[in-house]
Amino acid sequence: MSDARAIGEVILAVESISLAFGGVQALSNISFDVREHEIRAIIGPNGAGKSSMLNVINGVYHPQQGTIHFKGEKRHRMEPHKVASQGVARTFQNIALFKGMSVLDNLMTGRNLMMKTGILSQALYWGATQREELKHRERVEEIIDFLEIQSIRKTPVGRLPYGLQKRVELGRALAAEPTLLLLDEPMAGMNVEEKQDMCRFVLDVNEEFGTTIVLIEHDMGVVMDISDRVVVLDYGKKIGDGVPDEVRSNQAVIDAYLGVQH
Amino acid sequence: MFYRENGQFKTSYAEDQALLSIRQDRWFIWLVLVVAFVVVPLFASEYLFKAILIPFLILALAAIGLNLLVGYCGQISLGTGAFMMVGAYSAYNLAVRVPDLNILLVFVLAGLITTVAGMLFGIPSLRIKGLYLAVATLAAQFFMDWLFSRVKWFTNDSPSGSVTAPAITFFGATWDSPTEKYLLVLAIAVLFALIAKNLVRSNIGRSWMATRDMDVAAEIIGIRPVYAKLSAFAVSSFFVGIAGALWAFVHLGSWEPLAFDINRSFSMIFMVIIGGLGSILGSFLGAAFIVVLPLLLNQVPHWLGIPISTATASHLEFMIFGALIIFFLIVEPHGLARLWAIAKEKLRIWPFPH
Repeated sequence: MSDARAIGEVILAVESISLAFGGVQALSNISFDVREHEIRAIIGPNGAGKSSMLNVINGVYHPQQGTIHFKGEKRHRMEPHKVASQGVARTFQNIALFKGMSVLDNLMTGRNLMMKTGILSQALYWGATQREELKHRERVEEIIDFLEIQSIRKTPVGRLPYGLQKRVELGRALAAEPTLLLLDEPMAGMNVEEKQDMCRFVLDVNEEFGTTIVLIEHDMGVVMDISDRVVVLDYGKKIGDGVPDEVRSNQAVIDAYLGVQH
Repeated sequence: MFYRENGQFKTSYAEDQALLSIRQDRWFIWLVLVVAFVVVPLFASEYLFKAILIPFLILALAAIGLNLLVGYCGQISLGTGAFMMVGAYSAYNLAVRVPDLNILLVFVLAGLITTVAGMLFGIPSLRIKGLYLAVATLAAQFFMDWLFSRVKWFTNDSPSGSVTAPAITFFGATWDSPTEKYLLVLAIAVLFALIAKNLVRSNIGRSWMATRDMDVAAEIIGIRPVYAKLSAFAVSSFFVGIAGALWAFVHLGSWEPLAFDINRSFSMIFMVIIGGLGSILGSFLGAAFIVVLPLLLNQVPHWLGIPISTATASHLEFMIFGALIIFFLIVEPHGLARLWAIAKEKLRIWPFPH
């Protein structure tokens, strides 16, 4: 399935990242890279440090050691909104939508970095701000069409069922037109149909927009089917890295998931 | 005429994003504006202007300001009285010390001075939220109380500590009759309500609401928390400052810091909660509730012909008022604006069940 898109150069390189919270070592000496246009999965048992890893890439956590190179540039301690302005978007394990706002407004908020009018112009609205709003509304409507959520665009997201909320959250991340998309368990808690839909969206995003995707997922079937390469974490350490088939036959990975006899 | 939107097809995003996209709503708003600007000035009595309409409009303006901060950006503030005080004394000092300044410009400058004060006291919001922030903004209240009662320069060395606003003159006319004052306040309130509505449907309003609903997610999609929070404090204080200046100049005439004490802050918070957090309409409804209801309650015994002393009447007024606040919060925690929205929703499908 990865024939259509050419996997390019390394876009994100994570080198020897260590992160500790007090005495708890969440990540120790993790290195891996992500290539342009690929789907890179991070797997591991609960508490392995997967979400912490995404938070480090995002700038929510600042690791004690290690470096991150993004688009060839070394990244220093950086706040999340700066990371966003470099083209990184993400979704959350526990949905983090803006519950009081409509689906449309959530998606429009995703485009905030592309909106340039000042506060005075927004107070007047008619003129520059209206033109800008309409321009972005058109792009947002394309995403709404893509995710097939036309009928709920005016609904406050708090009223939507879980599966649709996950889809809206993907939409909000897509609205930012990211080059790197981080998905934290996009299929958790979904039934088979919803998972299939979500897989299709992830693959379509990757193929149509060429977005590089880093994905955390527990459903091994999904991971092995859609990802190009897989990183395996356990207790904050990297225990495997490679194409799905390599990882599947890696003894350390099998031990981590199935346990070992002592 | 049914309240229906069927048959009204929107063929462009501009139409869909219009302020009032349903025709009946547009008619209703124009009707309200015509009544407010034309019919009311023709028929209302002086009492109605002075005791109800003028205070209602000014407090509604302050409530909009507070609602932008609390309802839209989720930053609780107990310092509204203090910021109204800053607006009032800024306007007073500007008007007294620079007598040639156009009074409208004085109000705007007073708003801008309050903006600066609001942003200063908004800085703690970058680190703390919720109840802790409320306590921090309470500090603004005590500080301003102290500043304007102790530092004589602000009251122009008035021996009693009370100051009197100069007459409101602009465009070569003195605006001192109740009707003129009403029209001035009404025009300002309508203008600022429109500005607030525009802000909350634009990018800045969405970044406020995003910060309110989920601040971590907001930052991760690129919203700078410093900018979102401080801009909310700035815009909110601007509104509140102008409301404070109007409250002093138009409603009170002469005042002392006590007019803007902590009770004012609390009643402003009541207004936005009862009216509806995160709603411009709610700010008007909340202000109306707080201003009109006590007066109504006061009148009820007279209408019913019950012989009751004024003291008992005012005690009863407090009790019923308090009970009503609790009743509303239990029945509809999202305020009067939500009741209004539910009523409209029901009307849309009436008389059918779905």
